[in-house]
Amino acid sequence: MLNTKSILTTAIASSLLLLSACSDNDDGFPETPAPTPPAPAPVTFQFEVTVTNLTNAQPMSPVAVLLHNEGRIWTTGEPASVALETIAEGGDNSQILALDVALAAKGGESPLAPGASQTMTISNLETAPERLSIVTMLVNTNDAFTGLNAYDVSNMAVDESISLRVGSYDSGTERNSERANTIPGPVSGGAGEGFNAERDDIDIVTRHPGIVSQDDGFRTSELTQAHRWDDPTMNITIRRLQ
Amino acid sequence: MTIKKLAAVATLVGSSSLVSAQELEITITNLTHGIYYTPFIVAAHDGTTSFFRSGTPASPELQQMAEGGNIAGLETIFTAANANITSNPAGGLLAPARSTTFTMSTDDGNNYLSVGAMLLPTNDGFAGLNNWRIPSEPGTYRVNVNAYDAGTEANDEIVGSGAPGEPGFPNPPPVGVVATGGTGVTTIETNTNVHIHRGNLGDDDPTGGKSDITNYVHRWLNPVVRVTVKVM
Repeated sequence: MLNTKSILTTAIASSLLLLSACSDNDDGFPETPAPTPPAPAPVTFQFEVTVTNLTNAQPMSPVAVLLHNEGRIWTTGEPASVALETIAEGGDNSQILALDVALAAKGGESPLAPGASQTMTISNLETAPERLSIVTMLVNTNDAFTGLNAYDVSNMAVDESISLRVGSYDSGTERNSERANTIPGPVSGGAGEGFNAERDDIDIVTRHPGIVSQDDGFRTSELTQAHRWDDPTMNITIRRLQ
Repeated sequence: MTIKKLAAVATLVGSSSLVSAQELEITITNLTHGIYYTPFIVAAHDGTTSFFRSGTPASPELQQMAEGGNIAGLETIFTAANANITSNPAGGLLAPARSTTFTMSTDDGNNYLSVGAMLLPTNDGFAGLNNWRIPSEPGTYRVNVNAYDAGTEANDEIVGSGAPGEPGFPNPPPVGVVATGGTGVTTIETNTNVHIHRGNLGDDDPTGGKSDITNYVHRWLNPVVRVTVKVM
């Protein structure tokens, strides 16, 4: 499939040729095909990713979307990387987006509100990406995140799409105190601490146990019944565009 | 239950009505953040054997497992059914986020898989996979398993006994429930059939409150176990 850029290039080249040869046809479309085919265009792999926040009141930090061939973003039962800890505790996706394995990386332009959807496209030239990963923090928590981990897209055909629902994880790097000063989301007015290098929880990634909330007997929790959730937490639709 | 086929080789194995014996590599993963599992029982058996059924009362053998982690009774049931059995593959408790991997050979006709273990700390919570049809096609399959309540004991959430019919839950190391003095969440079990567990309540009071379970440590969301089956 030719990409848009190479079609434009051909049209411009043809147009220039016509300008020099014939002045009464200025619509840019040659009456006869150009004799020389264009050079082979670089193959582009492009995916459209749509994410929907399925929770009641857990805004999600700007998502990180990666195309990669190597590695995983997390492994259940293993300690979180610092990059994962950084997004899981504070919603900062910059280290995930900068991972060495990334063939292409795309960050969400804004947080993803409960019930909201965002669509973005991510591309990489020439190298066929095998895996797609997505990470985002549930920001009214200590260190909860959701996403997709090294999902195999290598067999997706152009125009093929798939929808997935994913659950929530606990990075295991920060105790689930639910105290306002440890939660960076709106519940603390954004004043709660995000990333902290200290690891005072079990230091392994697991599925998230959910939050307790002050309404369910956790007296020092800043969270209310509204911040509870159950899995799944996010709907993801991936469509290969090119 | 979510079943996801990761890979499959297109062969005609198993295309006849006679299903031959299979070699399986099974991995059981504890998906929870703070729950331990008592020794698992894993059985490959025929399609007529079930160790639990939602909406019906638990058998005494299931009750033993769900209240105290004792799988001897279920071993007897599965042995009588000519099942292939693996007991306690983790060699004790399976800690949060830990996995255990083992191989099993199944006999002809034993093409259904069941997996069970008690959740600690709970009164009578268990993870249960019941009669999962083992695919005949070689490949790797993942099955997510939910937590059930056996319906045999009130969820008082107090450290106590693992014996059937006695209140409370056992607290072997390293489960490490250190809270004491809970007054008990409830003394009744209104749903006496096997049902999806409503989860632990817990409290944040180490010396009192209603529960000896800690609310910000010992809760979970489903699924609680993943069983990965590699059909050779």
